Amino acid sequence: MSDDKLLVSRRNALKCMAYGGAGTLFALSGGVFTPIDLAMARAYDESKEGKALGKPLFVQISDTHIGFNKEANPDVAGTLTQTIDIVNGMSVQPALIIHTGDITHLSKPAEFDMAQQMFTRLRTTEMHTVPGEHDTTDATVTEYFNRFGKASNNKGYYSFDHSGVHFIALINVLQFKPGGLGTLGAEQLDWVAADLKHRSASTPIVVFAHMPLWTIYEPWGWGTGDADQLMSQLRRFGSVTVLNGHIHQIVQKVEGNMTFHTARSTSYPQPLAGVGSGPAPLKVPADQLPAMLGITSVSVVKHPTSLALNDTALA
Amino acid sequence: MILGRTRMLLTGVSMLLLWGAAPWTRSTAGTTADTSKIVVKDFMFMPTPLTVKAGSTVTWTNMDDEPHTVVSDTGEFKSGGIDTNESFSFKFDKPGTYHFTCSIHPRMVGTIVVQ
Repeated sequence: MSDDKLLVSRRNALKCMAYGGAGTLFALSGGVFTPIDLAMARAYDESKEGKALGKPLFVQISDTHIGFNKEANPDVAGTLTQTIDIVNGMSVQPALIIHTGDITHLSKPAEFDMAQQMFTRLRTTEMHTVPGEHDTTDATVTEYFNRFGKASNNKGYYSFDHSGVHFIALINVLQFKPGGLGTLGAEQLDWVAADLKHRSASTPIVVFAHMPLWTIYEPWGWGTGDADQLMSQLRRFGSVTVLNGHIHQIVQKVEGNMTFHTARSTSYPQPLAGVGSGPAPLKVPADQLPAMLGITSVSVVKHPTSLALNDTALA
Repeated sequence: MILGRTRMLLTGVSMLLLWGAAPWTRSTAGTTADTSKIVVKDFMFMPTPLTVKAGSTVTWTNMDDEPHTVVSDTGEFKSGGIDTNESFSFKFDKPGTYHFTCSIHPRMVGTIVVQ
């Protein structure tokens, strides 16, 4: 995609939304989820191409950072509200919501309570979460698990199936090595191996964790040190989608049958890799903020759309 | 603009305090002191390594817009999330070398030598 097209896309996205951010809709096409701007999706709903997209399977929300109140976005509750309004406004509601972590900014009980209260406004009630490193800074690492630990028996990793897709939720924010990247750890990797052992290679797999499961920028810890051991287990599957948050911007990579995608945050943007002293909140003019926040939506397509069709949607 | 100037002034004052610029807070042993301060700024702990006498209290103060934590590699101390302009303190009673990291940004590392 050329830069010109990107600019046109952003401009159209801003026209479609007053505030609250552009998102990305993923359509499963030829076994690979293909991104389409969510802002364009409403107009898309009624179009021939839109109808071919099928039912949205899930929406990914990430890095809500409830409790953050600095200059980069003094109203993260407001932008989350707008995000929820966008999801609730989708003509067909997604079956699931996935939150890829950093629900809160400082792991405070009041922040978690506020986030949970806000999530109850979602029309889609089934939500699956993984924690970010901001959710696990309390001394006992219990605030997150007290609220969201049930699905994983307080381990942080679990799997489930929906619409023929196998979902694997992983935790990579607890075992940091100083100076290093996120870590999955041997116990979790063994569990993944057992979880995948008897699954058919034709099962679409969605893996989600907070920190990127591929190294985007090691000096800032934007990666997971032992992710290669996970990928070697996933390589035999025909369709693997790896979804992460953490870096507050979209970065994508396709490698064989595997698509890697990081979601925008709903709270504040972060700089491009290596720009500035570290991954601090990026201050942008207020009118530019909405375009840098958003969500990711993933659809299963009954009749796979062509690549050309998706290019049209992005323009 | 008044707000901006105030903020700059406050930053200036706090930097002065944090860096321990006043000579009467310093002991004769150079970097060794009863109380010591580490500034957390631009995703770095400064200074590091820091040498203190046994019984000293070290205070970390976060000057970034991003929260940080201070977590001992060997489990002796662990802060919660330290937000902008907040601090965390720990008293070091036993001599030794203590390595610590920020669990939110694990590339941030520091060392305290207790004599």
